[in-house]
Amino acid sequence: MNILVYINTATHLSKSAFEVVTYASKIGGNISVIATGTASDDVLASLGEYGAKNVLIDRSVATDDAHQLTQLIGNAVTATQADLVLFSHDIIAKAVAPRLSVKLKAGLVSGAIAIPDTSNGFVVKVNVFSGKAIGHVAVNSAIKIVSLLPNSIQPEKTGNACSVSAFDGNVSASKITVLETKKPEGAIPLPEAELVVSAGRGLKGPENWNMVEDLANALGAATACSRPVADIGWRPHHEHVGQTGVAIRPNLYIAAGISGAIQHLAGVNGSKVIVVINTDAEAPFFKAADYGVVGDAFDVLPKLTEAVKKFKATQH
Amino acid sequence: MKILVCISKSPDTTSKIAFTDGNKQFDENGVQYIVNPYDEWYALVRGLELKETLGGSLTIITVGNVADEAIIRKALAIGADDAVRIDAEPKNAYYTAMQIAHYAKENNFDLVLTGKETINYNGSQVGGMLAEALDLPFISLATKLDVTNNVARMEREIVGGVQVVEATLPLVVSCAKGMAEQRIPNMRGIMAARTKPLTVIPAIATDELTTYVEYGLPSAKSAVKMIDPSNMDELVALLHNEAKVI
Ligand SMILES: Cc1cc2nc3c(=O)[nH]c(=O)nc-3n(C[C@H](O)[C@H](O)[C@H](O)COP(=O)(O)OP(=O)(O)OC[C@H]3O[C@@H](n4cnc5c(N)ncnc54)[C@H](O)[C@@H]3O)c2cc1C
Repeated sequence: MNILVYINTATHLSKSAFEVVTYASKIGGNISVIATGTASDDVLASLGEYGAKNVLIDRSVATDDAHQLTQLIGNAVTATQADLVLFSHDIIAKAVAPRLSVKLKAGLVSGAIAIPDTSNGFVVKVNVFSGKAIGHVAVNSAIKIVSLLPNSIQPEKTGNACSVSAFDGNVSASKITVLETKKPEGAIPLPEAELVVSAGRGLKGPENWNMVEDLANALGAATACSRPVADIGWRPHHEHVGQTGVAIRPNLYIAAGISGAIQHLAGVNGSKVIVVINTDAEAPFFKAADYGVVGDAFDVLPKLTEAVKKFKATQH
Repeated sequence: MKILVCISKSPDTTSKIAFTDGNKQFDENGVQYIVNPYDEWYALVRGLELKETLGGSLTIITVGNVADEAIIRKALAIGADDAVRIDAEPKNAYYTAMQIAHYAKENNFDLVLTGKETINYNGSQVGGMLAEALDLPFISLATKLDVTNNVARMEREIVGGVQVVEATLPLVVSCAKGMAEQRIPNMRGIMAARTKPLTVIPAIATDELTTYVEYGLPSAKSAVKMIDPSNMDELVALLHNEAKVI
């Protein structure tokens, strides 16, 4: 099988890039990468350690315009004779993979959580019903496209640095004009965060979020919140997790003062480990938790922050 | 301005999720269907606001069977002018997008709006597929949308931030939180919806690129371990030694 992996790079490669190349290598085949962005040849060559044989890069395409990226990846599919195209299931893949699916008449599976089962065709598992069930999707077309849900497999180094060559994506001019890009410095984007500290209406008001931030800072975690908290404006909308907010699956999700309504759980039930802090021992969230603390967040959060700091100090 | 809003049904957010027929079919028994929240709260309502300020018409379209007319009437009650139902089971996103694209091509819309994803299949696929089939620019995960003199200005989510972009109509836009506030239909709207035009059109033949062959349920969580609030050192030790997440 010829596999083509798309990676959107900045000066460094994110963990999701290593995950998706590892995923390709576990499927097995001749793995090429088509990359855009600013990463240096040295940085790109490191993808070989995860199984890539060659990296093609078009640095002139510094865009995330779905139309341009579709043209570029389509041309790379032709050049590499790929029969499987892989993405990490991020914001870019959500815009580009569906376009590519139509362009190539290639069946698309979005958000794969496991290696495809090829014992009888090509069947990929995905989360459906907001994580309440798993769907097994067969891809029937000759060319196939799969986007991998971040944090579904661990990157594994198996080889050595690979070759990097320039590629001309041959894209037409963008029909979208970018007027402004706002990226908060230093903040960990929620969907990529491995550790998340989240809080709900139990925190009583935005002025109490310093307790949440202190714990997040001590852990190196991102912060999140329940829907009512974003709706009343205590926290920004992009922190709202759940069925109608962001769906996340960090390694650790700490929820303080959140009742655990079914719509909230739908966005966080993929987390590896869930810690719940709530005054009400009957709060539904405890049923979905790995570790529970019945107690007042105003008392427990600062204590937990101190304990984390103490632990971190012993780690150096 | 002619606006097309794609709506999908999805099970009510509190529905129990179960399967029948050897785990091949979603068990609809006792399931209440709603308009997919992203389609209703954001795409439809923002489309209506634009129509109200700029004039024009707003059509809703769904691929579904006769039972789905309940959610169509809900969208009409909120304010859409007319509706189209493509009479077919929406097998997958590609199938659905090809049906809608076929209709949209013949009817020249200025703006095609979708929700960011459905809450049952969560694929986020239909908008991008439509854009490619219609050969139009696609702005995904838009949180703001304004139109002046045929030019749309949008804010959209990007990896780790937001971006302000502009593009000339026609366009396909997928709508996320921030676009608009939910509207509850009033009695007048509900009455008016009964007589608004609903056109049913047959499906076109489309390749079945993917097939849902089976469903399963996630493995059950093991029982929760309770920790005394005065013993946070123990919790940290468990997270490190047992759960191995810090
Ligand atoms: C269609 C639909 C979609 C929805 N989508 C989402 C979604 O995406 N995300 C989402 O979050 N919600 C969503 N909701 C809302 C959801 O149903 C709940 O209303 C919401 O999650 C509750 O938020 P909360 O837990 O912060 O607040 P509450 O339900 O008010 O719970 C507060 C909790 O804090 C506890 N508490 C109080 N004081 C303290 C204290 N001092 N210390 C510790 N604990 C304390 C209480 O015991 C309680 O459990 C949706 C609802 C609908 C109908």
